[in-house]
Amino acid sequence: MAKKVAFLQGNEAAAQGALYAGCKFFAGYPITPSTEVAEVLSAELPKIGGKFIQMEDEIAAMAAVIGGSLAGSKALTATSGPGLSLKQELIGYACIAETPVVIVNVMRGGPSTGMPTGPSQSDVMSAKWGTHGDHPAICLVPASVQELFEETVRAFNLAEKYRTPVMVMPDEIVAHMRERIVFPEPGELEVIDRTAPSVPPEQYKPYDTKFGDVPPLAAFGSGYRFHVTGLNKMDDGFPTTKAAVVQAEEERQVRKVDANIDDIVKFEEYMLDDAEVAVVAFGSTSRSARFAVNEARKQGIKAGLFRIKTFWPFPEKQIKALSSKVKALITPEMNLGMCTVEVRRCAEGKAPVHGIFRVDGEPINPGQILDKIKEVK
Amino acid sequence: MAFDYDKYIRPGKLPHIWCPGCGHGIVMKGLIRAIDTLGLEKNNTAIVSGIGCASRLPGYLDFCTLHTAHGRAAAFATGVKMARPEMNVICVGGDGDGTAIGGNHFIHACRRNINMTYIVMNNNIYGMTGGQFSPCTPTGAKASTTPYGNPDPAFDVAKLAIGAGATFVARGTAYHATQIDKLIVEAVQHKGFSVVEILDDCPTTYGRRNKFKSVIEMMNRLKDIAVPVKAAEKMTPEQLQGKIITGVLFKEERPEYTAEYAKVIERAKGGK
Repeated sequence: MAKKVAFLQGNEAAAQGALYAGCKFFAGYPITPSTEVAEVLSAELPKIGGKFIQMEDEIAAMAAVIGGSLAGSKALTATSGPGLSLKQELIGYACIAETPVVIVNVMRGGPSTGMPTGPSQSDVMSAKWGTHGDHPAICLVPASVQELFEETVRAFNLAEKYRTPVMVMPDEIVAHMRERIVFPEPGELEVIDRTAPSVPPEQYKPYDTKFGDVPPLAAFGSGYRFHVTGLNKMDDGFPTTKAAVVQAEEERQVRKVDANIDDIVKFEEYMLDDAEVAVVAFGSTSRSARFAVNEARKQGIKAGLFRIKTFWPFPEKQIKALSSKVKALITPEMNLGMCTVEVRRCAEGKAPVHGIFRVDGEPINPGQILDKIKEVK
Repeated sequence: MAFDYDKYIRPGKLPHIWCPGCGHGIVMKGLIRAIDTLGLEKNNTAIVSGIGCASRLPGYLDFCTLHTAHGRAAAFATGVKMARPEMNVICVGGDGDGTAIGGNHFIHACRRNINMTYIVMNNNIYGMTGGQFSPCTPTGAKASTTPYGNPDPAFDVAKLAIGAGATFVARGTAYHATQIDKLIVEAVQHKGFSVVEILDDCPTTYGRRNKFKSVIEMMNRLKDIAVPVKAAEKMTPEQLQGKIITGVLFKEERPEYTAEYAKVIERAKGGK
């Protein structure tokens, strides 16, 4: 049987991806340019017995998805810039309480209200540094409607697998563009559910490291009862200020991601084998970059593209290797140099890194990138 | 036979953090007696709190307990209740937690009329941080951040809840200990969002600054200002000046949120 094909908007694809992944609970607050995620799920979730709730504010929406997840439902919220700022407190809560949740954050111009309908890529640092304290961060940056679907599925998988919040961050262009999408069949994409406890309720501890760095998570109402707090905690979930325990727990939480970078980091290498100039780009900007690379090749310039699909953890190892292979790196992005800082850090001075920055609400066009390729080749 | 509180207390989690003379323990015992009367199953009951002295309560109790972020109890609890409407959900917290930083979540939970009980332990102060004035600190009172007396007017928590749409609102005091469980029992039995405000005392950060010589004096004040609903009906506004009315203040039947959402699911499945 032929696969289902549709002409879909990015946000709609994110909602469909969530459903594919088994999302049963959405809580959100209206905000441009992510609202379609909520609109689609308000219609689709009740059809499968799932729940949709529009909360009183962004913070409440984040709180509700954590509550829903602890009660056993795969849970999603969607927002954009200012909403992400508001959610940060409870993103930290989800990190320390080790609660799987997915946040779709559509990047628009900022800071503050900024340019609500304009595209941007300026939330990528917020994804890692937005909430206070040390914590793991996973952030996926899809570049097409198809990929937004697939990466939303993967975001749920990573959230469930590592018991941590995961962000999917399309820029406004990817979220609002319409493209052909081929729906994967059920079972075609991997769908991961959190590990349920293997011990009886009386022996269960929600952060029992005897089971590894990602302890099994029971659900409220499933026969297991336990305590959850935002305070630094022990294996039984109760607060502690014991120095050794706090240190070990903090390190374990971060290690869940750091020790699994190869499982989490996805990227695409395009024409990099013999490249002398490498463009490092993500999201819709990577589409302009690919066009520019193709044009450069036509003109005999050995250009290539390294497309970041997982922004956090950053593809450090790959960028490092790339920087010792090429003469120059180019980092086009719709912000004032957030990815550039990371690329420069990883390049360690082995190759110059040339940024192309736009924050005027206009996409970076292929011509701009091609000009830079010619300039630095 | 004396009531066995131990069967609801988590082993090894006492002593609690509350100061001598604090009323929160009285409220916790009232809640335990209410849960016992109601026969709530431990595995099917979530107790959710925010941040503050009162919000430490869930950790002592042997249920599904969720100690959230400051002010966010009602919002987390809404997620739990939506995901598992069959669970009993009880929120507990203080006045600052519930009506200042959590005020928005509180009033919207009232408006939705989602089936849970919210117990506000109102001691008129932020105790945990050392006695700053809260939205429930009386005008003129001293707090660590109102050294010249509080210029702010105070919230009436019960009126706030009624105004926002809660369908069951009751008030008690930490002095009237045996009334607390009765109010909580009725609140939990009510189908909808129920609020139980318990006027409480904080001798450490409120009493000392406001010339209460002892905990007994603070407790006696609660005794003196409380007027039961029935008695209040016969009193004039002048006679009620400086008093607070206790008992079940408001009760109405209105569609409950998770039941309404169950209808949404039916309509969605039926394609209507």
